[in-house]
Amino acid sequence: MGSGDTFGMPIAHAVASGMNGLRAAGDLVARLEMAKGMRLTQAKRTVAEALGVGVADLADPLVMHEVRGELRLGRVFELETTYPHDPSPQEAKASIRALLGLG
Amino acid sequence: MESRIVTRQGDGSAVSLTRSELRSELEEGTRAAAARARAPELLADELDHLLDIFASRARFSAVDIGDEVVLSFDGSGTPQQGSRVDALVQYEQCLGADTCELFHIDYSFKAVKTIVGSEQQAMKEAQERVTIPVHYGAQPDLGRYSHPDGPCGNWSELLPAMRIDEARAAQEQAIELAVKDMVHVAAEMYEAGADGINFDTAGAAGDADFLAALLAVERLRAKYPAMGIMVGMASEVVLGTHGQLEYCGTRLAGLKPEGQCCVVQDAGATIYGPAITVNTSRTVAWNVARALTFMKPCMDVARIPVHANVGMGVGGVPMNAFSPVDAVSRCSRACVDVLKVDGL
Repeated sequence: MGSGDTFGMPIAHAVASGMNGLRAAGDLVARLEMAKGMRLTQAKRTVAEALGVGVADLADPLVMHEVRGELRLGRVFELETTYPHDPSPQEAKASIRALLGLG
Repeated sequence: MESRIVTRQGDGSAVSLTRSELRSELEEGTRAAAARARAPELLADELDHLLDIFASRARFSAVDIGDEVVLSFDGSGTPQQGSRVDALVQYEQCLGADTCELFHIDYSFKAVKTIVGSEQQAMKEAQERVTIPVHYGAQPDLGRYSHPDGPCGNWSELLPAMRIDEARAAQEQAIELAVKDMVHVAAEMYEAGADGINFDTAGAAGDADFLAALLAVERLRAKYPAMGIMVGMASEVVLGTHGQLEYCGTRLAGLKPEGQCCVVQDAGATIYGPAITVNTSRTVAWNVARALTFMKPCMDVARIPVHANVGMGVGGVPMNAFSPVDAVSRCSRACVDVLKVDGL
């Protein structure tokens, strides 16, 4: 992306066009792009198939929050909705690697 | 009489244009890029869509639901967010980042080489606290290898003195040193847990800088088949500070995004980032049309994801550290809607 203040750059881009990261499945699609050089359309399709959801669900925080919880892929939390029994980042990443077939 | 619409200049300042004037800006922007890049101008329907984006009076603009793309957030974090790793956690938990990046403020592989052990420790901590992918990023920064900062001759002094052969030899010597440093740092950070390495602003010091990045990528790919490697460019045209350097038979001087993308993916990178600089005296509409025209040809040759650089001063985004979100969001949306990029 590039440099700039937090509100004007990462937040603006994330709201305008981002996949919502850990709030949805943006990190999973990103992993396939990064590790396998997979282009976006194929990466989205691969992640959707692995999760058993539609491609349109991948940036939907409501759908993905539930799926991530069930599959123990890690998720965001907030003050009144905490998940003390969710996996640690290390455990979540092990689940993600297994799910996506990453070495 | 046409009403006026608030839009932005390339420095971020507000300016009011009519819809007709905005169309002219878009047409002039694509025409300027087409002439410079020897690429086709944007199509009529693409210009119409851009006009709709820029002629909107809305404070914010966004892609359609379902058209979201991966955002690779380089340089993640600011001092207000606490430690560097605290900032990465906030990017993940509060900002919806798809990826994040650990970096040192010097942002140069040569500088990081001397503190790589500390950077590895920070990466280890980041990997323990963050679930989204973490890049480690720095710049090839070839100029650091020239006098007075490094051991090689200073080609910026030799070239104006017409000592061309010496300038070329100095750059060739610097390439060898830079490749060694980049491979060393990248390997150490990968083995400390980095999900990917970001070679940022490749080619900033010209074709020798770009060749050093490509050779580092090639060696890393041979050693680490699963490493994520992102190469982001410094500008739309690779400067020929050497002029004779080639990568696998392709002359690097003068390469534009289409050619840059080809050599980057041939070297073994997994993400390519074109960077089109902003003209601050023209409007954001003009700059976006120019940037998209420059980048569009690379979308056809790309076998790997293309993440357009849309930070301060590139990709149409105003050259201002505190860019207005009306301008940033329009640039973001324009790249996705018109180019169908894989990410930003």
